Amino acid sequence: MAEVKIGAYVCKGCGLGERLDTQALAAIATREGKAVFAKEHDVLCSQSGVEMIRKDIEAGEVNRVVLAACSRRAKTDAFHFDTVAVSRCNLREGVIWTQPDADEARELTQEMGEDYVRMSCAEVKQMTPPRPNEQAERNRHVLVVGGGISGLTAAVEASRAGYPATIVEKGDALGGWAAKLWRRVPTRAPYADPRETGVAELIAEVEADPNLTVYLNATVTRTSGAPGRFAADIATESGKTVTENFGAIVQASGFTPYDANRLPEFGYGKSPDVVDQLGLEKLARQADGGPIKRPSDGKEVQSVLFIQCAGQRSQAEGHLSYCSGHCCNTSIKQAMYFKDRNPDVDTLVLYTDLRTPGKGEDLYRSGQRKGVIFTKGVAREVKLGPDGLQVQFRDLILDQEVSVDEDLVVLATGMVANSGVDIEASLQKEAPNGEQAPASQEVSVLNLDYRQGPDLPHLVHGFQDSHFICFPYETRRTGIYATGPVRRPMDIAQAIEDATGAALKAIQALENAAQGRAAHPRSGDLSFPSFHRDGCTQCKRCTVECPFGAIDEDEQRYPLFNEARCRRCGTCMGACPVRVIYFDNYSIDTVGQQIKAVDMPEESQEKPRILVLACENDAYPALDMAAMNRVGYSAYARVIPVRCLGSVNSIWVTDALNGGYDGIMLMGCQKGDNYQCHFVKGSELAHDRMSKVYDTLEQLQLEKDRVETHEVAITDIQRAPRLIEAMAETVKRVGPSPFKF
Amino acid sequence: MSDLDTVMVKKYRNNFLKEVEANVEEGEWVKMCMQCGVCAGSCPLGPYWEHPPQEIFMMIRAGKRDEILRSSSMWMCTSCYNCIVRCPRELPITHIMHGLAHYAERLGIAPKQNPTRKFARIFWGNLTKAGRVNEPVLGVGLYFMNGFKEGIRTTLKMAPVGMGMMKTKRFNPFAFMFYRGCKGKKDIHKIIKKARELELAKAAKFGG
Repeated sequence: MAEVKIGAYVCKGCGLGERLDTQALAAIATREGKAVFAKEHDVLCSQSGVEMIRKDIEAGEVNRVVLAACSRRAKTDAFHFDTVAVSRCNLREGVIWTQPDADEARELTQEMGEDYVRMSCAEVKQMTPPRPNEQAERNRHVLVVGGGISGLTAAVEASRAGYPATIVEKGDALGGWAAKLWRRVPTRAPYADPRETGVAELIAEVEADPNLTVYLNATVTRTSGAPGRFAADIATESGKTVTENFGAIVQASGFTPYDANRLPEFGYGKSPDVVDQLGLEKLARQADGGPIKRPSDGKEVQSVLFIQCAGQRSQAEGHLSYCSGHCCNTSIKQAMYFKDRNPDVDTLVLYTDLRTPGKGEDLYRSGQRKGVIFTKGVAREVKLGPDGLQVQFRDLILDQEVSVDEDLVVLATGMVANSGVDIEASLQKEAPNGEQAPASQEVSVLNLDYRQGPDLPHLVHGFQDSHFICFPYETRRTGIYATGPVRRPMDIAQAIEDATGAALKAIQALENAAQGRAAHPRSGDLSFPSFHRDGCTQCKRCTVECPFGAIDEDEQRYPLFNEARCRRCGTCMGACPVRVIYFDNYSIDTVGQQIKAVDMPEESQEKPRILVLACENDAYPALDMAAMNRVGYSAYARVIPVRCLGSVNSIWVTDALNGGYDGIMLMGCQKGDNYQCHFVKGSELAHDRMSKVYDTLEQLQLEKDRVETHEVAITDIQRAPRLIEAMAETVKRVGPSPFKF
Repeated sequence: MSDLDTVMVKKYRNNFLKEVEANVEEGEWVKMCMQCGVCAGSCPLGPYWEHPPQEIFMMIRAGKRDEILRSSSMWMCTSCYNCIVRCPRELPITHIMHGLAHYAERLGIAPKQNPTRKFARIFWGNLTKAGRVNEPVLGVGLYFMNGFKEGIRTTLKMAPVGMGMMKTKRFNPFAFMFYRGCKGKKDIHKIIKKARELELAKAAKFGG
């Protein structure tokens, strides 16, 4: 598209016609925005309006479109034009709904609208419609790493959806820990009794499925590529290495039980009658429905005590600080192993907080009905007594120290994720709160050949996720989905549900990759980053800062973008000190020219300008919603949406300051441990970069107050406009920028 | 009956719980308590209980037989039913409290000087004697619950009220002397005797 032909369309609906002089806006678009024409329409999103635009595009009259109407978040179905670059000029939410409907406000409202038209024209001039991704490939094959309940479920679910899968299992049998259980927690009403695990049936289904391949005693020794074109070397049982191609990967590497030997106070290792929960499962399998016998002398167990939270939910050194989620239900189930056979066996569950997720409350009640005694207390010590074990604990309800004799003690220990190498451990020498992640076996699971390290980054406590609540499964490596207890502690029921979700995400990822489209959260986005090779200084900041490990280095040490791995956040673009990275429809210039396009009134007019760079994920919607609620803000603000605060290049800030802006605000998502940034690290990086902008301010001899960075949540409907108002106050206080002409 | 009050109970075992389930009205609900403490927090007399209901349930599970049965706690219950209404596990707490008190009384280890117990005994004696309550005897009898001197004082104080009731035929002074009670009171005595025998036999099973 050699010649830029901008068509501007100004809507008069939703009150725009009454509140703004649309004729003047159209004139601005043609005169200043250099649009070939500007058309007004009564209701642009109506069929006739959309049809008008479509005809112009098809006739080749325009190849860039400015829609001066509502927010980019509204009417996306109507205003959907694939073949041209489109800029949405937000006159409705951005202007008339945030400004008072009064005669005295009319002038400033009109100025605001005109500026937004200028900005949109300037933006669209720099945009091209995204080209299809040349790297796109379709591979329908899913790799499942791990053959436990999560891996089996993921493979079966993928196969049921019509996608072949390969399971790579490190051990010599499928089924994982679940196959070692005697019974599992009930999953059907009335949720009262332990049930068969169903693992054998699942394994049988896998083995009978021609769509599924299983490698036992096998590991993944190398993984390379990107969604749609992963290549994995699988070291098989025979010693040979097989290389296969996959579209997406599900990592279901599961967990390792916490080593109960680290709990000498509870007698583990000192007496065989102290077992962990898996140890009891073994005893129950040995008993095979008969009375469970204690290991030391084979006596039938008459009394058993379960110690909940053994070595977990504790800040003590070597303990797990988190709750493993399944252990309360598991202990109740195990107490029933005894009670169901012989109600006279005394079963005591020692807990501090009984947490029974899922339908566990019903199981808990059933356990109580069966006579399992639950005691809120803290175990102190397990000693060897004359006839069995002596357990000392503090009863927290009766507030007393107690010693009881038991035949068997079961420790409810936690889950440690099999998450391979902690690739960030070397970066963050010590966590700020001094808490150390439990040491996982330092053998890589995936052996990724990514520049950023061989395994998925951890979220917390060694679990591999990017956000437990907002984006489950979405790890920080596109196309690789963690599921089961490697993602967060969970029981069988949750793992099955989780694995089903992960399989669907994997399918979604490989299908997106086949079409060159982005995965979550910019799903469907066709744009991808490119760079001008001649300007690149090989500083590697983009490869380091990319939150998703999408950028490798080529042989000449230039960045090598793996488009299918990219989430299109633009963090690389914000990082680039020489500004050579760009997207077709989002670049340094698309925003930079908008900043420059704003009409800068002279100092004497006393009309300051505040630039707001707002994250399109949370801050921009918050401002939109504020507008819908008619919560207004300063008419001097000019809001530009950005993909992520991480894509904000400091040149924009410097340019804006030089251009005479009086204040600059950056609005991104919450950063840090409880981050809400949709691109994980973007907001944090932006905050970090902006702290360096203060040097620039000093050089320019400007007040520090002129640049602010805020964390704004999507719910900050009242707060976000207030922040802009506060900035307007600040600008009033410190006076106009000396850089105005 | 005498050896019933010195039963050895193992700690944190099911045996006292089973005893309670067998002998205490609604006792089978005790194991369902989840120790949330809403009952203790809801009781209007809460601060005056030696052990609030939540604690009593835990003590039962912990096998503190003597401490519970000799306690005055459950005698504090005024049957306001706040706890029953609020219990998330829907335990009939009020009934269990009365059941426990009653069981302790049957075993003869309830606190002797507890006023609620005294009142209950007077009421029960009065009721069972004739098969229905003899109000004048019960009313005046209660004046003397805490001693002869206080009884005389209260009687004199209440005399005008009694006279008034007599005038309006709400109070029959002859009931002090001649009170027939209900027809089959002999049979009632037999029924009660038999019931007591059954109860004690059940309790005796747990006496070993």
